Order: sequence, then structure tokens, then C-alpha cells
Amino acid sequence: MRGILSDRMGAALLMAPLLLFLVLAYAWPFLGVVKWSFTLPQPGLGQYDALLTDPLVQSVFVRTLRIATVVTLVSVTAAYAITVVWVRGTPAQRLVAEFCILVPFWISVLTRAFGWLALLSNRGLINTWLQSIGFISEPLTLVRNEFGVVVGMTHFLIPFAVFPLASAMRSLDERVLLAARGLGSSRMRTFWSVFVPMTSSGIIGSALITFVFSLGFFVTPAILGGGRSVMVAELIYLRIFQSPDWGLGAAISVVLVLFVGVLMALLFRYVRPRQMI
Amino acid sequence: MQQPGRAAEIKANGIGKSFGSFRALSDLTLDIGRGEFLTLLGPSGSGKTTFLMILAGFVQPSEGRLFSDGADITDRPAEQRAAGMVFQGYALFPHMSVEQNIAFPLKVRKKSAGEIKRRVGEMIERVGLKGHEKKQPSQLSGGQQQRVALARALVFEPGVLLLDEPFSALDKSLRGQMQAEMKRLHQETGTTFVFVTHDQGEALALSSRVAIFNHGRLLQVGRPDEVYDRPANRFVAEFLGEINMLPLKGVRSADNGATGLCEDRAVSLRGNAGAVGDNAILAIRPEYMSIAREAAAGENCIAATATASTYLGAATRLDLTTRQGAKVTVSVPNEVAASALGNGKSVWLTWPAEKGFLLPDGG
Repeated sequence: MRGILSDRMGAALLMAPLLLFLVLAYAWPFLGVVKWSFTLPQPGLGQYDALLTDPLVQSVFVRTLRIATVVTLVSVTAAYAITVVWVRGTPAQRLVAEFCILVPFWISVLTRAFGWLALLSNRGLINTWLQSIGFISEPLTLVRNEFGVVVGMTHFLIPFAVFPLASAMRSLDERVLLAARGLGSSRMRTFWSVFVPMTSSGIIGSALITFVFSLGFFVTPAILGGGRSVMVAELIYLRIFQSPDWGLGAAISVVLVLFVGVLMALLFRYVRPRQMI
Repeated sequence: MQQPGRAAEIKANGIGKSFGSFRALSDLTLDIGRGEFLTLLGPSGSGKTTFLMILAGFVQPSEGRLFSDGADITDRPAEQRAAGMVFQGYALFPHMSVEQNIAFPLKVRKKSAGEIKRRVGEMIERVGLKGHEKKQPSQLSGGQQQRVALARALVFEPGVLLLDEPFSALDKSLRGQMQAEMKRLHQETGTTFVFVTHDQGEALALSSRVAIFNHGRLLQVGRPDEVYDRPANRFVAEFLGEINMLPLKGVRSADNGATGLCEDRAVSLRGNAGAVGDNAILAIRPEYMSIAREAAAGENCIAATATASTYLGAATRLDLTTRQGAKVTVSVPNEVAASALGNGKSVWLTWPAEKGFLLPDGG
């Protein structure tokens, strides 16, 4: 009993600096944001009322959910394929996959956003190339719209989507797959009716992480959306630094944090945290 | 293996397998008869599991051919061979119920819903899982999971059922129960069973034939009594149970047997006594040896002194040392053991001529 107690005390002491930092740098200021949302410009629920009625705010919320959903679907699907190669491929394939997963971590999100801009803009590499081989006559609008935002965000989030999937695939008992084949199931059938269902916890974890990250994206949509595909984080920025309408910005922040909080609660309920890393 | 409901006959012809520089299996030629219960027995790393994986199609042999009912299946992938397989640890589908697990092989064969329901129902009844149909594998005990694995492997009536140490995770009493169950399933289905184990008692109790492996080689294959009473070499003799070994000199083959000198006393062997050289090792199982006070003329006997006794309940195990220093173990009735013990008391060890056999000297 004393051992458990001292273990707990030890763990608490080790976590204390982080908790203290989070409280001082995050939770405490956030309480101030909550306060603003109820007090600026005048006390009351006026800002939350505006959230429900303002068509601009609503369209931004809808767009954010739409982009986050598409990004999640594309990222998790792509990450699944990469992870299968990474976890189950030949040593050479694994090396290539690992390289593809890790390299994006070394390049800043800003650099990557500008990189995509250079690739996707009207006079960017892709349009110039497609025009020069005569495939198109007018440049395609690949950027400063939702498409560009989705591409940039997906590229950023795939590595994060990989890790929960990798841990689910690593913990899978190889013999179960052999058993399926031995019972007459083709490789395709084994993949769909055994491999995918058995890694479903990884899929849920991966999707939730990607979705939650997508909701708060700022840099990528700001650059690749070009002011036309404004997402929630950018709207908060605009309301606080440009309008300025601190009360509304604060109310949107509170709603976003609550929504993410609910999703995180779901994540921890259905996927053990251990499985996510 | 592709004709359902009919036991398969399998021929392995010169099968070998190397993993890098490791030779897992060498030049294995073995016929597995229709409907037989063949056990592959050996220590870990002996090649028995590699051979089972080759039979299942999960491992491709480096050389040799494999035939099932006369057809060459060496290059046929596992899913087309469809041998029923029960894995160590069962390998049940954790996301499917008992019913769905058992239905899986029928579903992939695109059987009608009605037929699947009927056959799964029959199988569940047969393995005694009624009432557990809707449970997930994680809600079942080890023995019940074992039954699901057996039902799933047998439901599509495979020509051969392959079992990889299926009882290794069960406790002793459950083991005995499952062994009896498996014997019954073998009789009921009539399918060819190939069973891998490292437990010699299990092998002798269950099989119609036992194949003993060591270091990637098949050492001997035969009926349980054949391999137990007439092992082909020292490894087989020792692996199948305790054995006493005494040096034998001046070995001469005789009418239906052999004779020789053991500790300067003439002894004889009857029946198929084994390889005959000038020097050999005389091997006798402990339970065939007994203790006598006087040396009887015309019988095999050598002098020894008891050094220790262990009470086993039904019998007593005596450790003895012969005059020339060989160690011998015998299993005798409790009252005989009591009379044999005593400070430096010499007794005679005797055994029937047909129970001794010869092993090559030093090998």
C-alpha cells in the first residue's frame, strides 16, 4: 500500500511541472477567454446568440467541418496504405515508407504550405507542366480554394494518422491472418474481413486525431485558402486582430474547445491511449 | 485436400527447407495414409512445425514435392489447399462471435445462408458449445476457445486437419479431456489428422502412427508401440520415455534374436532386436525390468545395488548401480522395493528376452 502511494506521489511529482505549465499558460488564460465571451462588448449571451444567427460564422463552421471530414477520410485512407507497407512490407519497403513518414516532420508547416503554393498555383509546376504537354489550355484552379486547403492539410496530417494505425497493426496476431487463409479465404477477403476489422481501434484513433487537428488548422488554410476558404481558427484570428470583435472571437474559441474536448473524450473512451502512439 | 468430406492421402517426397543458412528440414519422405492420425513429435526446432506449415501451404519448401491424393500441390497457395488448421493459441477472429468464427470458412466458400446455418449448428452441437453461439472469443475459457478452433477447422469438411500444439496452453485435466474429444472427432469425421506436439505421452496416447523428428530430420515413423518398444536409435529411445542402457559385448545374432555379454553375464534378446555389431548398447524400459533375490538359470540377469528409492504411490522407483557402475532405474511394486533396499545389499535385475533391444554403440 505504501509502495503504491509513493509510486503515485512520484508520478505526480514528475508530472507537476507540465501540469503547472499547462495551468498557467493555457487553462488560466483560457478562463479569461471564456469570461470575454460572456462580457464583451456587454455582459450576457449575446455573442453565443450571434454564433447561432450570423450566416458568416455558420458558413465558416460548416466549411471547417466539411474540410476536416474530407481531410480525415483522405488522410486515414492514405495513411492506412502507407502503414501496411511500413509494418508488413519487405525491409526495403519499410525503409522507404519510414522515410516518407518521418521527412515531413523535419520541414516546417509554413515551408510546406508555400511548397504546395509553388506546385499548385496558376503558374505553378503542375499547371505549367499540364499546359506544356497540351493536356489543358487554361490553368486549373488548384489553390486559393478548398481543394488547395485539403491537399496541404492532408499532406501535413498523414504522418500523424500513421502512428495509431501502426500500433494497431503491430499488435495484430499474425496467426489469425494465416488462419483465415488456411480456412480458404483469399488475400483480398482476408484483408477486408479480418485485417481491417482487427485494426479498427487504430482507424478510430487515427481518424479522431486527424479530425481534431484539422479543426484547429490555421497556417495551411490561411496560405492555401487565400482568404477564400476561411476556417474557424482563421476566423478567430480575424475577429480578434482585424475586426476587432473580441467577444465573438472568444465565443467561437470556447465552442471550438468544447467540441474538441468532446471528441477527445470519445477518443479516450473507445481507444486506449496506449494504442495511439 | 480439395474434395470435401473425404479424407486425404498425402505424400511428401524429399521435402527440405532452409531459412538462410539454417536447415529446418532435410530430405523428408513420408506417406500419410487416408484417415490416419499421424503425430509429428520432436523437441522445439526439430522441424515438425516447419513440416506442418509446409503441409498447410504457409511455408514453401526449398526442395521436394508434396502430393495430395496424387495431385502435386507443392505450389498451391494455402487458401486453395484448404486444410483445416488449428493453431497454437487458437488464432480465433477476435471481432467475430463463436457462430461467425465457425461460419467463416463456409462464407468464403459462398455456401447458401441456409446451409451455413445448418452446418454451423451441427458443428456447435458436436463440439459441445451450445448456448455460447453469440459470445465473443474473449468471453470463453481456454478449453471453449479450443473447441471453437476445432469446429472452425472441421466445419468445411477438409481432407486433412492440421493441429499445431493445440493443447499447450491448457492445464493438465483439461488436456486429457480435449485429447479424448479430439480422438472422438477423428473417429466421427474420418478425416486425416496431422498433429504436432513435443509431449511424447500425448503422441503415444492419440496417434495411429508417430513420426519422430530431430534437427530437421525424420528419425522414425511407426505405430506408438513400435516406436516405443523398438526405437530406431538412441534419440528416439530417450525421447519417448525413460530407458536403461547397458554396454553389451560380443554381440552375435542368434535364432530370432541375439546374444551377448552384459557385465560378463550372457544375456539374450528375442524378436527384432535391432542392429547387430560386435559392441552395442542393450536398452530396456524401466517398467519391463524387475528385481529378484536369486539369479535364475537361463534368464537375463545382472547384479546391482539399490542407491535410492522414490515412492510414487502405485509403485516405487528404484535407482540402482550395477557392479560395473552403470546406472539403472526400475519401477517395481512397493513391497519389492522395500525388500531390495538395505546397506550395500546386492540384488538381481532381470528382464524378459523380448523386451530388450539393441542400439548402435555410441549412437
